[in-house]
Amino acid sequence: MFDFLLNISQLTDFLGTGFRLSIPIAFAALGGVLSERAGVYNIGLEGSVLSGAFGGAVGAAVTGTPWGGIVFALLFAGMAGVVLAGLTVLMRVNQIVAGIAINILMLGFTSYFARVFFPGGAASQNIVGFQTFEIPLLSKIPIIGQPLFHQDTLFYSIYLLAPLAWWIMYRTPWGLQIRAIGEYPRAADTAGINVLKTRFIVVVISCALAGLGGAYIVLSQVFVFTENMSAGKGFVALAALILGRWNPIGALMAAVFFGFADALQLRMQFTSPEVPYQFFAMLPYVASILALIVFAGKVKPPAALGIDFIRSGK
Amino acid sequence: MIKLIEFAFRVRTIWAVLMALFVGGIMIAAAGHNPITAYGVLFHGAFIDYYGLGATLVKMSPILLAGLAVIIPLRAGLFNIGGEGQIYIGALCSTAVALYVTGLPDFAHFGLVIVAGCVGGGLWALIPAILRAYRGINEVIVTILMNYVAINLVSYFVSGPMMQPDAPYPYSPEIDDHLFLSWIMPGTDVHTGIIMGLLLSFTFWFILKYSSVGFGWSTVGHNPVAAKYAGINVKKQMLIAMFVGGAVAGLAGTIEVIGLKYRLFHLFSPGYGYDGIVVAFLASLNPILLPFATLFLSGLKAGANVMQRAIGLESTIIEAIQGLVIIFTAASLALKFDKPFWERFLDRRQKPNKDTVGTKNV
Repeated sequence: MFDFLLNISQLTDFLGTGFRLSIPIAFAALGGVLSERAGVYNIGLEGSVLSGAFGGAVGAAVTGTPWGGIVFALLFAGMAGVVLAGLTVLMRVNQIVAGIAINILMLGFTSYFARVFFPGGAASQNIVGFQTFEIPLLSKIPIIGQPLFHQDTLFYSIYLLAPLAWWIMYRTPWGLQIRAIGEYPRAADTAGINVLKTRFIVVVISCALAGLGGAYIVLSQVFVFTENMSAGKGFVALAALILGRWNPIGALMAAVFFGFADALQLRMQFTSPEVPYQFFAMLPYVASILALIVFAGKVKPPAALGIDFIRSGK
Repeated sequence: MIKLIEFAFRVRTIWAVLMALFVGGIMIAAAGHNPITAYGVLFHGAFIDYYGLGATLVKMSPILLAGLAVIIPLRAGLFNIGGEGQIYIGALCSTAVALYVTGLPDFAHFGLVIVAGCVGGGLWALIPAILRAYRGINEVIVTILMNYVAINLVSYFVSGPMMQPDAPYPYSPEIDDHLFLSWIMPGTDVHTGIIMGLLLSFTFWFILKYSSVGFGWSTVGHNPVAAKYAGINVKKQMLIAMFVGGAVAGLAGTIEVIGLKYRLFHLFSPGYGYDGIVVAFLASLNPILLPFATLFLSGLKAGANVMQRAIGLESTIIEAIQGLVIIFTAASLALKFDKPFWERFLDRRQKPNKDTVGTKNV
């Protein structure tokens, strides 16, 4: 069953699949890290991934370039973020309720507008996706060269964005502000940080990042939008960010783990047809739950996560 | 006047629904249809027409129970987003008992089928509750992830060990007809599941409002620390509330099998578990309001098909409107009636009048 690990071409193939499947989860998890670090649960990641996927499809179809898809994905998922931030940060609706509401709203909106924009169904979408390109020299590294350095723009960008997010979070005043708001908003407020404004901005960025994950599914993987195509990736991302200890690099690594779990189950569906495929299909979700069980309790979430901020004296 | 304002706040979910229908109307107009005609056709098809009402009530039965499955655990502070998975597992367990347990008297077999569905759904819900109570793992994530596991499990059973031989599509053999729920509206598929749902809504309204169990759950949900000091076993109450919620969702799956489809299908629930979340919040988490919220949402869903056939407007518009309903309802939760503010507001509006009256007299 695991003999493909010894065959170089099958191994690079498997690694490539694993890394590619991890990208949507990685974008969503990175978004989730930002928002939860600022003290806001982002249960709406799933809806953001879905609106990003839809935005990607519409943008690419309208403009004829994948970059148009990126712009629309950011726009649509960002709008989901504005609604979520408005409900949670400004109106202080329970963050979990608001996140669930965003997911249901986006599922409904994308299902309806997909029928409106693409009345001919999947065949009428003709989406122009991203092309893969090799990074000179690095792509020639044996085994990992092709899986990691013969990919497309969105794939490479997460490996730039995650370290960038880490650097911002731990090495800049903005990052300190975000972390302070997530740990002890009252102190942050006393130090002159506008807690509500910062949280609002961070939640919008968070959803926009998750939207890029959705755009990746459409523009780099399947080149078509289908209803509810996010298929729980936003929720797996929520598990990934806990596994990654609310750290951008950690979340990326956890996402890679889930990507490989997914790649493994796909491969096993193919190589072990005697085992019913449903057992493999549930593997990524089971892996997420098991990861939560193993790592829970060993990690501490931001202290003010889920707690609304009310400025006293107002 | 102050009473009127207070009443306007009290019915704020109705404003939320009207807002959602209004925005939905704009979307219908944008799609080139007359919103008033569209809604007219929709609501006539959902509530006025006899067979349409039948279709609405058929959808209402499982959604009503799925709504209860959200409300009950939430009293104890647990978000049960796993209704969908619990519906699947409940249906799986009850179908298994219906098909493979034989030799019992009819009424005992029927009772055992119901119990199996409830226990199946309840145990499935217990897993996230245990993880939450003893390991502090967020139950929202676990319940959702478990939905995907449950759907795949059912899909495995009905396309493998429980599959009807030679079936063209994954489904189980038909259950015995002594297990069928009886019809209550001649000519339609409406079955006694709707009565079970209404009775359970009323029962849980009573339990949550007047019993010590309900009070215990509310205390745990509002303030677990205080509950602990009051001598309540917080973890145990969380587990019980979640088990009961899962059991009700399991019953929703069971009545879909024994009341409507008579066999277990692959992917048989079109998201009733998620609809349960919408109606639970639409009913302000109050079981006595739940039937009204569910009737409305089921009507939208059933009427949407009529509307699509009649005027050709995509029935998925209803999913968008459903999303709007829950967003506006969530937003309306933030609006609290602030009596002193409105009293001052009214005073300020009335005072200048008195002043001007006074100056004229001088």
